[in-house]
Order: sequence, then C-alpha cells, then structure tokens
Amino acid sequence: MQLDAKIPAGNLESKWTRHKFDMKLVSPANKRKKKVLVVGTGLAGASAAATLAELGYQVEAFCYQDSARRAHSIAAQGGINAAKNYQGDGDSIYRLFYDTIKGGDFRAREANVYRLAETSVQIIDQAVAQGVPFAREYGGLLANRSFGGAQVSRTFYARGQTGQQLLLGAYSALSRQVGCGAVALHTRSEMLDLVVHEGRARGIIVRNLATGKITRHVADAVVLATGGYGNTFYLSTNATGCNVTATYRAYKHGAGFANPCYTQIHPTCIPVSGDHQSKLTLMSESLRNDGRVWVPKAMGDKRSPTSIPEDERDYYLERKYPGYGNLAPRDIASRSAKEACDSGRGIGDSGLGVYLDFSAAISRLGKSVVEERYANLFQMYEKITDENPYETPMRIYPAVHYTMGGLWVDYNLESTIPGLFVIGEANFSDHGANRLGASALMQGLADGYFILPATLSHYLASNSLPSVSADAGAFTEGQAAVEARIHKLFSIQGSRSPNSFHRELGLLMWEHCGMARDKAGLEKALQKIPELREAFWQDLRVTGTGEALNQQLEKAGRVADFLEFGELMCRDALSREESCGGHFRTEYQTEEGEAKRDDEHYSHVSVWEHQEGRAPVMHKESLAFENVKLATRSYK
Amino acid sequence: MMSISSFYRSSVGCKVVMALTGLGLVGFLCAHLAGNLLVFKGPEAMNHYARSLRDYLPILWVLRVGLVGMFMLHIASAIRLTQLNRKARPVEYAKKKNVQSTISSRTMMLSGTVVLSFVLYHLAHLTFRWTHPEFQELGDFDVYQMLVMSFHSPYVAFFYCLSILLLMSHLHHGIVSLFQSLGLYHGGLQLVIRMAGAGLSVLLAAGFLSIPTAIFCGWIGL
Amino acid sequence: MKVRLHVWRQPSSNAPGKMVQYDAPNISPAMSFLEMLDLVNEGLVEKGEEPIAFDHDCREGICGTCSLMINGVAHGPSEATTTCQLHMRSFRDGEDIYIEPWRAQAFPVLRDLVTDRSSFDRIMQAGGFVSVNTGGVPDANAIPISKVDADSAMDAAACIGCGACVAACKNASAMLFVSAKVSHLALLPQGQVEGSMRAKAMVAQMDQEGFGACTNTKECEAVCPKEISVSSIARLNREFLKASVESR
Repeated sequence: MQLDAKIPAGNLESKWTRHKFDMKLVSPANKRKKKVLVVGTGLAGASAAATLAELGYQVEAFCYQDSARRAHSIAAQGGINAAKNYQGDGDSIYRLFYDTIKGGDFRAREANVYRLAETSVQIIDQAVAQGVPFAREYGGLLANRSFGGAQVSRTFYARGQTGQQLLLGAYSALSRQVGCGAVALHTRSEMLDLVVHEGRARGIIVRNLATGKITRHVADAVVLATGGYGNTFYLSTNATGCNVTATYRAYKHGAGFANPCYTQIHPTCIPVSGDHQSKLTLMSESLRNDGRVWVPKAMGDKRSPTSIPEDERDYYLERKYPGYGNLAPRDIASRSAKEACDSGRGIGDSGLGVYLDFSAAISRLGKSVVEERYANLFQMYEKITDENPYETPMRIYPAVHYTMGGLWVDYNLESTIPGLFVIGEANFSDHGANRLGASALMQGLADGYFILPATLSHYLASNSLPSVSADAGAFTEGQAAVEARIHKLFSIQGSRSPNSFHRELGLLMWEHCGMARDKAGLEKALQKIPELREAFWQDLRVTGTGEALNQQLEKAGRVADFLEFGELMCRDALSREESCGGHFRTEYQTEEGEAKRDDEHYSHVSVWEHQEGRAPVMHKESLAFENVKLATRSYK
Repeated sequence: MMSISSFYRSSVGCKVVMALTGLGLVGFLCAHLAGNLLVFKGPEAMNHYARSLRDYLPILWVLRVGLVGMFMLHIASAIRLTQLNRKARPVEYAKKKNVQSTISSRTMMLSGTVVLSFVLYHLAHLTFRWTHPEFQELGDFDVYQMLVMSFHSPYVAFFYCLSILLLMSHLHHGIVSLFQSLGLYHGGLQLVIRMAGAGLSVLLAAGFLSIPTAIFCGWIGL
Repeated sequence: MKVRLHVWRQPSSNAPGKMVQYDAPNISPAMSFLEMLDLVNEGLVEKGEEPIAFDHDCREGICGTCSLMINGVAHGPSEATTTCQLHMRSFRDGEDIYIEPWRAQAFPVLRDLVTDRSSFDRIMQAGGFVSVNTGGVPDANAIPISKVDADSAMDAAACIGCGACVAACKNASAMLFVSAKVSHLALLPQGQVEGSMRAKAMVAQMDQEGFGACTNTKECEAVCPKEISVSSIARLNREFLKASVESR
C-alpha cells in the first residue's frame, strides 16, 4: 500500500491556494457526462452532493434515513468554529490552525488542518447566505461564544441546534438540486458494497430498505460521507442507525483505515439507567462553565448528594487541575470521572456516575440567571431522568461521542483506492487524536462545500475513465456477494437477536477499548471478539424476509461489520504504545496520571490494510511538523 | 398575478375565499340583527325599516346578489375543502384524542349545515312565505306581525334557537379563523382578534335570541 | 410495571392491517417508550415472530425520525416531546396503550408503524431553499439582521419535519410544516428575494401531495415537539396572498 499524502509544496499559508490553481478543471460540457455517487447526506455528504450538482456533474446521493435531513449531523448542539475574528479578540486562521493541531495532540497533518482553518471563514458566509439563523447580537451582527480548548470566541451557534440548522442549510441546497433534476436522491437506501473495477472505485451496491431491492449504481467516482463508527460501542451518543458498513466495506476492498483506535469520549452525558438502555444522551459541554463536578470522598457513600457535607466532597477536577478546573478538556475530564468511579466513589445505583452540581452557581448568580443559560438543557435532563437539576445535582458520565479515525485520505481527500473519496467524520484527516468542540461541523462542511468539489474535479479531469456497464464482472460479483451475505444471515436460524450481539460487543469494547486501555485488556478483547463473532454466525436469528422492510436484517448486517471492525480498533489501540488525546494507555502515563505521548516512535498515522484470511498489515504515514513545535499539553 | 382559478384551486386560496365570504356574511349578520332589533321599538319602526329598504331597490338587489354569491361561494368552498380533507385521511385512527382544538372548530361543517338549513327554511318561511301561506294575507311590509306570529310556534322557535346557538359556535371559530386565513392573526393582534371573535359571536347570538325570548316572556306581542 | 399494547400491524403498503395486542411485562419506568418497544421486539424475535417495525434514529428528539400515534396523540402524552424522549413513567401500571402510525394519504404506511414521509421532502424540493450556489456569497456580516427577526426565524427553523402536525390534524394538513419553512426564510433578508416564488411553489406541491387544508383548529401546535406556533401559518397565508396579487 502506497501512502502518498500528496501535500503540495510551498509554505503553509499558500499551499491550498497554489494547489487550487494547479489542479485541473473539467469543462462545463464534459461535466454533464461525469457521474458521482455520494453516500451519506449529513453535513459533508449533502454539501458535497449539492455543490457537485451546482457545478454541473450528474450526482446520485444515498442515505439510509427516510429523509436526507435526518442524518446524524443534525444532533450537534454547540456550534461551529470559524476564524472570522468578528469579536476582535485576536483570532486568526493561524490561531485556529494551532489550537486544532494542539487540541488533536499533534497527531494530525499540518497542511490539512491549516486548510480547514482557512476554509472555515467561507463556511459561515455560505451558511448565512442559505438562511441559517445563527444567533445575533442586538446590533444585527453575528454572535459568538467560546468553547473548550480555545482562548478566543470563535464559535457560531444557533441556539442548541447548530448541527440541525447547518444540516438544514445543506439539505435545502441539496433539495434545490433534487428539485431541478441534477441530483437523484435515494432515501432509505443503504450501501452494502463498493465496486472496484480495474483498480478504481466505479460504483456501489445498494439495498432499498423499504422494498429490499438490490441495485447497482455505476459512476466515475464514489464519495463516502458515511460518518463515524462510535456505535461499535453499542452505547454512544450516535443515532441508533449510525454504522461502519460503508467504510468497512471499502476497507475490505483495499482502502486503508487510519487510526481506528482514536475515539472521543464526551465527559457530560446522562449515565446509563439500566440494561434496557439503547442510547446515551449528551448534555452540552457548556454546562461545565457553571457546574462543579464532584464525588463523595468516602468509598461507597450512598447518602443523597444534598446531605453530603461540603468537606466530604471531592471536587476532583478543581483539585487536580486548578488552572482549568471544571473546564479541563474533554479527554481529561472523562478520564478523571472514570478514575473516580474506579476507585469506588462513583454515584448512583450503578456507581458509574459523578455529580455536576449547580448549587454554587444558583446561590452565586441566582436561579433566574442559571435558568436563562441552561433552561432547555435542564428541561431535557429532567425529561430523561425525572430529577430536577435545580434542586439536586445532575448525574453525568462519559460516553462515546465521535471517532477521529476513519478511512485514510490524501490531501485531495482520496483514499488508497483511486476514485474513492472520503469526507467528514468518515475520513481521518483533521482532528488527530482528539477533536475540539465545534470542529466537527466545520470539517464536514469544509470538505463538502469547498475541498472535495475542487479535488474531485481534478481527479475526473486527469484520469481517463472509460464507461463501464452495470453488467461488468465487478458489479455482478458485488451484487452476488451482497445477496449471498443476506442469504447467509437468514439461513443461520439460531436463537439470538442481532441486538443482543451488538450489546455484548459494546460491553467488551467499552471495557477494554474505551476510556483507558492496556495491553492485557486489549489482548483479551482480541481473543473474545472473534469468539463472539463465531457465536453470531452460529446463533443469530433474523426474522422475516429480505424482500421487504426488515429492520432486523439491517441491524444484523451492521452488527456483522461491527464485530469485525471492533477487532481492528483493538489491534490499533494495542499497537500504539503511547497515550495521546482520546487514546489513553494506562501503561503510558506520567506520575500525575497524565497522558504520555511518544513523539519519537508514534508521530505517525497508523494505516491498516485488509488481508483476506490473515491479520491486517499496518503501514505508517509519518507526520512532519514544520510549523508548530510539539509540546506536552498541560491544563494544570 | 396569479389567475383567479389557480388561486381558488390552491388550498390556501380556497381558504382565503372562505375567509372573505365569511367576513362578508358576518357583516350581513350584523346589519340583519340591527334591523331585527327594531322589533323592540314596535311595529311602526320595524315595518318602516322594511319598507324603506325598498326605496333603494337597485342597491338592495346588488346587496342581495352579493349576499347570495358570497353564501354560495362560502358553501362551495366548504364542500370542496371538506372533500379534500376527507381524502387526505383515508384511514381513521382506532383511537384519537384532541389536545387543544375546540369542539366548535371541529364541527364547522355540522354547524354550517344546520345554519344553512335554517337559512333555507327562513327564506321559505318569511321571504317567499311558502311554508306559511297565511302570511300571504298580511300586508307586504308587516314584518313585525310575521315575526311575532312565527315565534308563537314552539317548533319554529326551537329550530331558530338551535340554529342561532350553532351559528354562535360557527362564528366563535370562524371569526378568529378568518383572520388566520387572511394572515392577519399575529403578534399583538391575536388577543384582540380572539376577544373580538368571542365577543361578537356571543353578542350576535344574544341579539338574535333576545327576540324569541321577549316574545316568549310576553314583552313583545301583537 | 406492565402495560398492554394495541399495535397496528401491517406487513406491507398494499396488505391489509389490523390492531394486535401484546403484553409488555417487566417494564421499567425509566425506559424510554422506544426502549419498551425494543424489549417487546426482543421477545417477539425469541419466539420467532416478526418484530414490530417502527422508525427511529437519533433517540434524542432532534432527527424527527420517530413518529407514533400513542393513545390518540401524536408523540404521546408529554408536551413538546418526541416519542423517543417519552418515558414509561408517563404511563400507569397496567395501562392499555394504543400505538398507530401517522395516518395520511400523503404518508402511506410502508410497514406496521413505518410511514413514507417523502412528500415533505418533495415540498422542500419545490421551494424550501435560497437559490445560492456554493461560493461567491457576501461576507456573513454584510447584512445585519435584527435579533428579533433572527430569533423568530430560529423559532420556525426548529421544525424537525417529523409529521406530527399532519398526524394530529383532523384534515391531515401539512400547513404547520410548510409554514415553518416559509416563515423561517421569509423572516430573513436572504430568503425574502424569492419569497413569493417559494410560497406559491411550496403550497402547490403541498396540495399536489394530497395533504388536507388547514381549518385552523390548532391541533398541530399542541403536539409539535418543537412548539412551532400557528402564527407561522398566518405568515404563510400572508406570504401566499402577497405572492398571488403581485404583478410579477
């Protein structure tokens, strides 16, 4: 596997501008003859499909949801970063670039991150022109708020629904193109395989989830915008339908998978309430501005929180990180919560939770101020837990939230399979080992609106792509393989539901490849996952038929892929013998319990290549830092 | 500008027609009630009013045609929208609860139909005098006597009162609704329109009901 | 706690459906309504029966995928709540719960409780956008927008497109949905440029899809999980009227 990142020469600031000029263009007449498939209609997919269609390409877009508007980008709450410096507080493209590289614990490519920061300013302009109702000041100009990991206010937001509003912007642009016939949109359609013909990605095999019909789609290039793989853990803040199938199928066809072990655990989620739990709900990070995190000092203290006196409480974040206190970055706050619970001081019935207490803020600011700031979040919390956070502290616990790893792509967002482009959370490119808040929306839209349309045009202009028929061998084989797999799932006729296997995998992954990992645990997981997979293929029961809407079948196919992918995550986590960002190996920590990076040996991207019937092979793309100096993150 | 037919064909346009004709009919009701209340001033005043209407015959005819036109349009739109609405939900719920809609808003077709049948009877009764041939013997403009005589019949009085109550229900929803359909129901106006709608529908009904009540109590007689 | 479910079962669009009764014992009041259905489904799979199909995705009240008419109310008894955020503590022990799909000509049932809401998408495709291409747009702060307008636009834009308004309306009218989108864009200068075209095109598509007409009963507003106000319907009517009499 050749890993050429194709980073343009020249200084950091001019790379993208130069590259845009150097790339070839497709003439308008020829654009009409080129077809692109875009899988996924979240921020990245919808913006890419819309923009490509505006440029004149034929586009087919696919999503498993019943409407393109429901992709999971919709759930992002906080905001989107952009180096507009509207607040005049010293922000700049370079500062956003630096914060993002540092926040990612120096495990991302400089050139990509700089381009992201550079593009961020255009995204806001585009979104406003589409009618995205960002928050405004009384003077009529855009408002900003600050977010974790930054010292400037550069986050644009639309109440607590920034993701929804940005997605509706991209979806409306997409709808416009569907309306004028430039995009053929296939909803309730799940990509089940990639078709590689003569070494290039030339199409996909899709199952219509409403009718069960399997179809082949041929194109000149394929774009995957299929999101992250957080649901490998079963419980995460992802939508229940989010899955790894599209990217994992591409991996099996030879696309390199980069840094699969990088997962982000968000510190403030509502704790699990029982075995029935199907999903975890995030409470915005902004709550930590006024809430104080604590656990009882004594082990197993089951008194009600309000009856535990002040001097018997351990405000552990304030104690350990006096500089940042409750606003320590996500990975650090999450790990500290786990430590507290591991030491037997966790709260709630399960002992897996810590308090987020607003009583100090309420007595300092008054209830009305707290209400003004967080009323909707408090309301949501009360709806789910039936507890009133004005009176009793919130219970929170970390949960899987985002995955920084993804398919490896070069500077042009092209994977190791020519013609297969990967954008948004599905690729690995910009967040390194830890993503800062409000950066995911930025990356999805930068890729979709601005970067991919330019680089994809270059690909289409510089390669001769002879037309392929849907009857070509690779397509017939692809469809046959998909059908055979569905048949196999039905034919097991065992006793367990797909969901039960997923839940079991999730527990394994959380235990051994979650917030803290170690060699022994990962090795154990690597032994247990294949056993579970074996059980899956022996004892699975899928009811109904494949020729109709069948949610059990959908789930079974996704779980089958999670069961293989989980192993890859553990393998990657085992091979990275350092701690960085969201990847914390307990063997590699400082005396104070902080992550210990090993820049000498691990300043690289780990890229995994699938081998049929054998263990995957790891390749390395080493990361060169020419503009920033590698430093240890300290939040003391 | 949109052609009138395509405007009317759209559901929103049809609702606008419904609203405008409704507004016109409310206006007619107000005028009609004002005339009727002259009954309390005695036969002279009332019959004089009826007679003097004839002095402006061309205007009266324009008003009559306009009124009938509005009525027909109102009914035609109602029928059209009801058909559309029935088609929009071919399968009913096994169980359905209403959270905030009022009964009057859900029974507009029923209240409207009863009011319509009353209006038809009312015309046959007093205008054309088909149902009560004995009225033919009265003078052309002895409206007062016709009115008082009619309400001596318990059936007529009952039907009249029922219709007026349903008319009140119809107006209670209709007046607010027409402002909503015309896009005028917003901001600070909402409260004003809601109060005015409720107030006007109650006042109109009270006005119309006062006549049979007065006759029943013997405050007005022949 | 335990509850008794009466669920609409229909194998496919064309097949007839019926209400079927299921007992759901061992329910925890902390469960969400959908988790309760998950549990019932697990039981059905174990018995080799086909589980109940229902739409769901984010399970945090924002994607608009979940639907369900619960005891005759869209999204169930809690105010401003989607079905996925409804919890079993809102029900009594031993309660009978009726679960039906959204009922509308324009939302045909695909299976059991799953309906096809693509009619909403087609309404959006007809005009629910601002016609700007990527790139070449002015600076985001070039046009100041009053905070009041921006906030009102946001109120309307909060619509998640779940279809509860249609389900609750006695006429299966989509006016609250369409008006939310029209209002969102009509309140912003960016959207006003093609405001007339948008209002006419979206209303025309709405009618073509077979939704009923609005009779202003306001039932939609009561069940909307995002509390979209019917004053947006007034705004749509106004926009439509304005568009109809314009000389352009």
